[in-house]
Amino acid sequence: MAIDTAALADGARPVLREIPHTVSPGLWTLAWRRLRADKVAMVALAIVVAFIVMMILSGLGLIAADWQREVGVNYAPPSFVGPDEAATPVTQAVTPQAAAPAGPAYQSKVVDPIGDVIASLKAGKVPGGPLPPETTEEKSVDPLADVMSEIRADKSVEAKAEHRVRLATLPLGGDKWGRDVLKKTIKGSETSIFVGIASAVLATFIGTLLGALAGYYGGKVDDFLNWFYSVFSSMPPLLLILAVAAVLQHKGIVTIVLILGLTGWTGVFRLLRAEYLKHKAREYVQAADAIGASNARRMFIHIFPNASHVVLVQLSILVVGFIKAEVILSFLGFGVPVDVVSWGSMLNEAQNELILGKWWQLVAAGTAMAVLVTAFSIFTDSLRDALDPRLKGRTGA
Amino acid sequence: MGAYILRRLWQMIPTMLGVVLLVFFLFNWVGGDPAYVLAGKISNQEQIDNIRRQLGIDQPYYVQLGIFVKQILTANFGASWSTNEKVSHILLTRLGPSLTVLVPLLILSTLISIALALAVAYVRGSLTDRLVMIVCTIGLSVSILVYIIVFQYVFAYKLGWFPVQGWGDGFWHNLAVYASLPILISLVVSIAPDLRLYRTFMLDEINQDYVRTGRAKGVSENRIMWVHVLRNASIPIITNLMSSLPGLLLGSFLIERFFSIPGIGREVILAVERSDFPVIKAITVYVAFATILTNLLADLTYKAVDPRVQLK
Repeated sequence: MAIDTAALADGARPVLREIPHTVSPGLWTLAWRRLRADKVAMVALAIVVAFIVMMILSGLGLIAADWQREVGVNYAPPSFVGPDEAATPVTQAVTPQAAAPAGPAYQSKVVDPIGDVIASLKAGKVPGGPLPPETTEEKSVDPLADVMSEIRADKSVEAKAEHRVRLATLPLGGDKWGRDVLKKTIKGSETSIFVGIASAVLATFIGTLLGALAGYYGGKVDDFLNWFYSVFSSMPPLLLILAVAAVLQHKGIVTIVLILGLTGWTGVFRLLRAEYLKHKAREYVQAADAIGASNARRMFIHIFPNASHVVLVQLSILVVGFIKAEVILSFLGFGVPVDVVSWGSMLNEAQNELILGKWWQLVAAGTAMAVLVTAFSIFTDSLRDALDPRLKGRTGA
Repeated sequence: MGAYILRRLWQMIPTMLGVVLLVFFLFNWVGGDPAYVLAGKISNQEQIDNIRRQLGIDQPYYVQLGIFVKQILTANFGASWSTNEKVSHILLTRLGPSLTVLVPLLILSTLISIALALAVAYVRGSLTDRLVMIVCTIGLSVSILVYIIVFQYVFAYKLGWFPVQGWGDGFWHNLAVYASLPILISLVVSIAPDLRLYRTFMLDEINQDYVRTGRAKGVSENRIMWVHVLRNASIPIITNLMSSLPGLLLGSFLIERFFSIPGIGREVILAVERSDFPVIKAITVYVAFATILTNLLADLTYKAVDPRVQLK
């Protein structure tokens, strides 16, 4: 339109020069423009990007790498609440006596080769809990002595570093062992977001591939894949996830990504199959056939870009769902192993802490997740509206 | 109609077979040898062989599959590996407590979300509408775990209005005493997504011509919303309700676990924790079958509510 008015004003020649610039904007350019105009969506996107940057920095070890260090007193309250006067003194030196009241049993030993290791273990270095007091005699026949010396080799430097002042308050409080809840939340976001994104990518990949095959080839392939889809979708997702979790005894981030990815592809399959059914009869695909494009080329070079907006929206929806699922699985203990922190395992610890009145870990993990999921959901809705304006207003908020 | 139902039932068989194959594949092939789990840490080869013979897993796969199909058809999965209770007995006794929570929850959440959805759809675009939707979006983003932990702490532990957890005898006693807080929490969690969804269903209808016609001939606003709009919007609502039924049975597994309600959901978690394969296998297969059947039921209700729907 702008060109037309320019043409009217300036005559024919400028129009000829303008023509090369009138390439109509593509789907993505248009969608990005609509998204840019949506202020709420941009704020949501900024929050999501901030979380992902945090995840990457944490993954590279640049922030929160020392989340396991016990920097504060046990259950150190958040700074804005102030130190807990009723409990331990404000500056508590973590010497073996202070950390382990049952110390005298080995304090009397003149040379205790692994005393500092035990001290650090008693101070709570092992997530399983403080070791019961032992005598050196027992240790001399301790079947775990080799392991102990290995631990010592690893931890001796750190164990010495523990002999310093512990903080009475931490920015967002401390947990049972005095670990910084802020750092745990950041480290936990690394796990939860990584699992959410990785399993969503896996599920989207499987769903897209199978959906493309079913929709494009039709016939027997379609019948078989449709049967496969109906089998998977006839089980409630959580039941399927739990059944697979029961079978895969090995715990780990890869396992949970596999569980979520292998069970969550059905929605993508259904939509992508419909897209491929619709597109395979279109002229541009026939044209591609005419110039000799192979089936794979037609499927993934020609049709896929036209269905990619569906894929992107589904990916975004799945990330939100899988972050929630990971939190629940880790909470139940079917998710990440105990030495990995995730928002789910934080909520699990927080459940018992709340009864003691220590609410900060619950609030930190719960809020971090709620903020990310809210931002991600709002962004997903806006993304869908931007990519397919006909749907605008269908999902509110 | 009869022919349609028969054909649909016939078409279900491949899907059901697929479910059986998938569960068999998971538990008999991926799951590895359960004899080592059962025999415990200190075991000798003789014990393991005995257990393998007892479970029939020394047989070739096709014989094992035959055993599994027979178990499903006769509803005889043998005994639980951890408690030695009969699996069929576990399923039957756990169904009652689950339903005691689920049925009132389903009725209340459907009624409340439909009423709220009608209300916010009526004032669509207003500040109230937008506020309710924002609250829903944020409410949906908070983990269900946080709701349960906080509500249990505040209402049961601090205020003492409800028992912290437990389950008694007698339906009415359970419903009044033990089930009320779980139902309340589930309501808070389930209304937000339902309200959002039902609101879009209502909005689809509220702009239709028949609404304008109704207004033009002087039908009261209440009647338009509650009779005309609701009736038309009820078609997708019913489909949505029906398809969510089997999931609901498990959906409350967190609630059941937190409040120690001896229901199906808690049983699944316990079984997964204890690697109690017969229990998980039985629940997975039967819930999947129930889902397949409710899908048919949803289609039939669809037809009953909307005569225009052609059943193919």
